[in-house]
Formats: sequence, structure tokens, C-alpha cells
Amino acid sequence: MKQTDSSANGWQASNIHNMRRVMLWTGACVISMAVATFGPKFLWEFNTVLTIMAVLANLALGSVMILANIRQVKGMDEMQQKIFLDASAVTLGVGLIAGCSYELLEDIRLIGFQPEISHLILLMCLTFAVSMIVGNRRFQ
Amino acid sequence: MKNNIRILRGERSMTQAQLAAALEVSRQTINAIEKEKFDPSLPLAFKTARLFNLNIEEVFEYEQVK
Repeated sequence: MKQTDSSANGWQASNIHNMRRVMLWTGACVISMAVATFGPKFLWEFNTVLTIMAVLANLALGSVMILANIRQVKGMDEMQQKIFLDASAVTLGVGLIAGCSYELLEDIRLIGFQPEISHLILLMCLTFAVSMIVGNRRFQ
Repeated sequence: MKNNIRILRGERSMTQAQLAAALEVSRQTINAIEKEKFDPSLPLAFKTARLFNLNIEEVFEYEQVK
């Protein structure tokens, strides 16, 4: 069983390493987004060059985060991948339907405020989290 | 799909964690397969059978859905 245990450690260690990379790059992406959002007003008084650099840095870090996420999903086992895929499909559907309807609400004057993309992102995050929990419970 | 994994694992005194390690999947996946809540892919089914030195039909039994 020694070999088996060390193999387990290898697979699990690889998963943990991939998850840490996702967390690291997600954190970096969020920080760069905050810098690109608040920097122009509070740090460099709307200097165009610095603003463009901040936006490009945010896009670059976001791309790295996506690659880290792909790597993490590829490292999962097949059941974890299925749960992730199901949750992603539900999130995509909810995001698309709710996003279109939310935009429509303002056009047909059922709401008096401008729809915010942050509301949609929040809804998608919550949908994904709930879908992952439900998916994991389904196979318990 | 029915399977004998729990029995085979018990005969070899293996824990779910040890079997999961040998097959490079999570312990939750082994648990779901044993409870017949998740059907493994063909490569994982073959890998499981080979680990127990058995044919795939001796580990898994196809159950036709009515």
C-alpha cells in the first residue's frame, strides 16, 4: 500500500497545487480590477497611459486566471468534472436568461434604474455555488 | 450499473481512500461508484478491474434501464 499512498499524495497534492494557483491568480485579478477601477480617480488623476496599463494588466491577469482554472478542471477526476460541468451549464443558462430579462426590464420600464453588470455577476456566482453544492450532494 | 467494488475492496482490506489513491480519483468518487450513484467511464472501469486482477465483467454488471 506504500506505493498507493504515495500515488494518492501525488494526485491530491497536484489538485491542491492547482487550486492554490487558481486562488492566487483570482486574487491578483481582483486586486488589478480594483486598481483599474479606483486608480484613475485616487492614484494618478486620470492619466491615460497609466489607466490603459492598469486595464491591460487586469486583462492579462484575468487571462492567466482562466488558464489556471482550465488546468484545475483538467486535474479533477471524472465525477468532479461532471459536477463542475453541470454547475457551469446551469450558471451559463441562468446568466443568459436572467441577463436578457434584466436588460428588458429597463427597456419596458418595469424598473426605474439602469441594470448593473455586477448584479448579474453576483447572481451567476450564487448560482454556481448552489449548483456545486447540489451536485456534490447528489453523488453523496 | 451494478458493481462489486465494496466487496472486492473489503476482501483486500483496502479503505476507500486507498482505492481512490490507486485509481487517482477522489474518495467521494469511489463512494459514489460503490453506492451506484455514479457510473465510471470505460477507462476508469478497466483500471479498477485491472487493479483487482479481474475482468471488467467480474467487477461491473450492466443493468438495463426499463
